[in-house]
Amino acid sequence: MLDKYFAKKRRDSLIFCAIMISLTLGAIIITEYDVVKGFTSIVKAAEWTSSNFYPDEKAMNRLPDILDSLTETVLVSIAATTVAALFALLFAMLGSSTTGVSGVFSSLSRGVASLFRNIDVAAWSMILLFSFGQNVLTGYFALFFGSFGFLTRAFMEAIDEVSSSSVEALRATGASYFSIIFQSVIPTSVPLLLSWILFMVETNIRHATIVGILTGTGIGFLFSLYYKSLNYSSASLLVIVIVITILLIEYISNYIRRVIL
Amino acid sequence: MRPEESVSYDKSGYKEASADNITVKTKPFNKASFVIQMTLIALAALTLYGFSSFDYKDINIFEAISSSFSTVKTMFLEPHFNHFTFGEALMQVSITLGLAFLTTLFGAVIALFLGLLAARNLSSNTVSYIIKGLVAFIRAVPTVLWVLIFAVAAGLGSVAAVIGMTFHSVSYLVKAYSESFEELDKGVIEALRASGANWWQIAFQAVIPTSITYMISWTFMRFEINFAVSVAMGAAAGAGGIGYDMFMASAFYYDLREVGVITYLILAFAVALEIFAGRLKRKLKVTV
Repeated sequence: MLDKYFAKKRRDSLIFCAIMISLTLGAIIITEYDVVKGFTSIVKAAEWTSSNFYPDEKAMNRLPDILDSLTETVLVSIAATTVAALFALLFAMLGSSTTGVSGVFSSLSRGVASLFRNIDVAAWSMILLFSFGQNVLTGYFALFFGSFGFLTRAFMEAIDEVSSSSVEALRATGASYFSIIFQSVIPTSVPLLLSWILFMVETNIRHATIVGILTGTGIGFLFSLYYKSLNYSSASLLVIVIVITILLIEYISNYIRRVIL
Repeated sequence: MRPEESVSYDKSGYKEASADNITVKTKPFNKASFVIQMTLIALAALTLYGFSSFDYKDINIFEAISSSFSTVKTMFLEPHFNHFTFGEALMQVSITLGLAFLTTLFGAVIALFLGLLAARNLSSNTVSYIIKGLVAFIRAVPTVLWVLIFAVAAGLGSVAAVIGMTFHSVSYLVKAYSESFEELDKGVIEALRASGANWWQIAFQAVIPTSITYMISWTFMRFEINFAVSVAMGAAAGAGGIGYDMFMASAFYYDLREVGVITYLILAFAVALEIFAGRLKRKLKVTV
């Protein structure tokens, strides 16, 4: 009995390893990934970074420009998140199983959320580039659509998690739909919703870099400008500024989360 | 309790409550709700300030929105292959999937060991802080910047993309793994240590088996993220795959219909991954 158990366990893990190895080999072949070069390039990149990738005097003169576009990027990320959160709250209310109006709405808003979430922000920015051109709104709407899809799903789950029992109790007392929403559902789920909003702000600032590279706005555009003109010292200053910003925002939102949850 | 009784009781209770309301009206100060209000006000204020400070470059917003609608309509209703065939497109998607697979696998293997070292109950406090700090720094640099930095040394292509994306996967998974390792009951480790088990035995016989379901679901979640990221890296950092084709179709050929086809393809794969992840989670019975 026992030896059969171990034999089966060993066979299962062998099969698992074989599948993983063959998938890895397949992936290495089709992506034309050079394993040796992968390892050597880490060393080379480390050497190159330590000899070229640090800010110098000239780069420091560009700091005001960098901070300007950083402010714009942070504001775009926050504005996209908050407006998306308002829309997401509406859709989540209609779609959640505790506060939802009907099954049709629920599957409709789940479908819409899934559609928006699964088209990546990079794809959104390339789609929006056609109509908005190189404008701050291209990045704004790309982040907005991505956030909207993600937050709708997250809000729906948060509302279901927090308020299913209290909604049932209030409905039994004869409270109206709107008083249930505004007196119970929103107050009890606000900390969780806010925590998701803060998470989305962090994510959006990270995404804003790639959106900026693709749409030619904000901090991403500035980075690709410096990078393509081989101005690595300015690019490195920009990376440092981004890192500080993201760590700072992470710190603030962790603090808020610790207090409210 | 008879119904009459409950009614009379409720009435008297109500009267008392309303009398109380006149004397005691103020809510006691609550730090949590104060912070919630402040955060909401700050977010609203920053949003309004943001909208007022953006440089819109005289864009006609209504015109742009209506033209976006017609763009989206053409894209999704008249998808059409132009520069490549369906087979070639599938091949490009599998390159993107391959990039995501490689980065997730490399990331998971490296993160497994770093995660064990970063878990406070399995290593010393100093080592844990050092690894967690390092990982937080790596996570703070956006993926695309890692890829572009490695591209200088390795040249644009799959090598730079895989290494750069692996960096980010490692940092994400170390955080997820070490947090699930730290949830393990302290008594289990103590008991094993008392019975003379060494570090490797504790890690591989107790810690990993108890958190394996969480690890699988986090890893698969990272795979989903890596698929989206490798589409983006193809577009922004020349990593190849379907993202590069999408970038060419949008920025060079201005071919809406082809962008539509590619979007459909990416969407189909992303939704398939999501459904598969949901099944996997239900089977493992975890909620992350």
